[in-house]
Amino acid sequence: MAIRDIQFSKEELARYNRHIIIPEFGEEAQLKLKAAKVLIIGSGGLGSPALLYLTAAGVGTIGIVDFDVVDDSNLQRQVLFDIHEIGKPKVEAARRRLEALNPHVRFILHNTHIHSGNALDIIKDYDVVADGTDNFPTRYLVNDATLLLDKPNVYGSIFQFEGQVSVFNYVNSRGERGPNYRDLYPTPPPPGLVPSCAEGGVLGVLPGIIGSLQALEVIKVITGVGEPLTGRFYTFDALNFESRTFKIKRREDNPVNGKNPVIRELIDYEQFCGMRAVEEKPVKEIGAKELYEWQVKGKKFSLVDVREPSEFKIVEIGGELIPLATVMDHADQIPRDIDVVVYCKSGVRSLKAIRELEEKFGFENLFNLKGGILAYIDQVQPELTRY
Amino acid sequence: MATVIIPTPLRKFTNQTSRLQVEAGTVGEIIEKITQDYPELKKHLMDPQGSLRSFVNIFAGDEDIRDLQEGKTPVNPSSIISIVPAIAGGTH
Repeated sequence: MAIRDIQFSKEELARYNRHIIIPEFGEEAQLKLKAAKVLIIGSGGLGSPALLYLTAAGVGTIGIVDFDVVDDSNLQRQVLFDIHEIGKPKVEAARRRLEALNPHVRFILHNTHIHSGNALDIIKDYDVVADGTDNFPTRYLVNDATLLLDKPNVYGSIFQFEGQVSVFNYVNSRGERGPNYRDLYPTPPPPGLVPSCAEGGVLGVLPGIIGSLQALEVIKVITGVGEPLTGRFYTFDALNFESRTFKIKRREDNPVNGKNPVIRELIDYEQFCGMRAVEEKPVKEIGAKELYEWQVKGKKFSLVDVREPSEFKIVEIGGELIPLATVMDHADQIPRDIDVVVYCKSGVRSLKAIRELEEKFGFENLFNLKGGILAYIDQVQPELTRY
Repeated sequence: MATVIIPTPLRKFTNQTSRLQVEAGTVGEIIEKITQDYPELKKHLMDPQGSLRSFVNIFAGDEDIRDLQEGKTPVNPSSIISIVPAIAGGTH
């Protein structure tokens, strides 16, 4: 809808009064918010505060992308959800909460995993994207899709006590385009080198801060009020309470929008991020149901749990606890004469453990539990605690 | 001595130290010294060919060393050198 066609009701004028009375903001900026369509990718730690503030602020149309369901372990930081929503799709839980907050906002739900096949379709109708996803393939996917579609991308990322924010691919009033994620980091770290939040943890308040900063930048991008965080990269260390803002620039060798672009369509981001390295020898796998059959039939095998002691305390399925970091020192405790099933929370750390054990100690009898203890809980013992 | 800011993901390799004081003339010398003192940092900062990894940026003050003289960027005792790696957390 064009801005000139938009009118506020009395209720809306009253609701947005604290915005409208700011001289630099006014009714004009509020109208721009109402006319805007914003896509929030990920409704978790970063998406929760971003969605709450953008809904409260009166963005007219908000799209939400998430394929996940609400889980107990989300509630430590994902303030959009409560205990009544556990097990329900996040996008639907989010809409219930947000509609109760502001009935003047229209929500579009994308209850799906965003990937190269659907990203352009999902993103194309929005004016601004805010990326709050949790893995490198999706970061590069969202970056490239917003470049190909010419949309600004409000980026936020967190790890443990540290957060990062920037506005990528923003075109200022002079027509100058700002840098993007590929200018900053041409390639991602190889898998396993940088732990994810699921493995490394994150302090619950931090995504509240960083996601709120993303909401702030979205509002600035839409309204043109203030100076968006383009060409600058903000980092916040919650532990020391130190923040820094670095200058970042476009690079001629950017493969998507540099001098000689080679990427003109979305690629396979899992492969780009090394998730499907072809040279790696496949590891033997076992499904949760098959493991259950082994147990029921009384097959002789050994079970090794490579999670951390704190996770073991939440839930365990009878494996011997040898945390990943100590596996190499305890290789002699792992039998070689019978099959051994190695597991962790979701199957990533156990894969790493098996690779290392095979490489350094020549094990040939190790099986990775596909989907980890979570798959076992889902498929075999749903009464156990998920986390 | 120049100050080097170590980011959260790399502090496990520096005994949880977030700031290092290093006597050096260039950014390259700083990297050489800290990876000597903390050898595990090396594989996170440098690729096998000895170049800075492409998912790590180093800033001298607020400037990317790629926009200065890269490893040859001079430092002085008041320089603040920040190591800023890619992190990807958000949803889960």
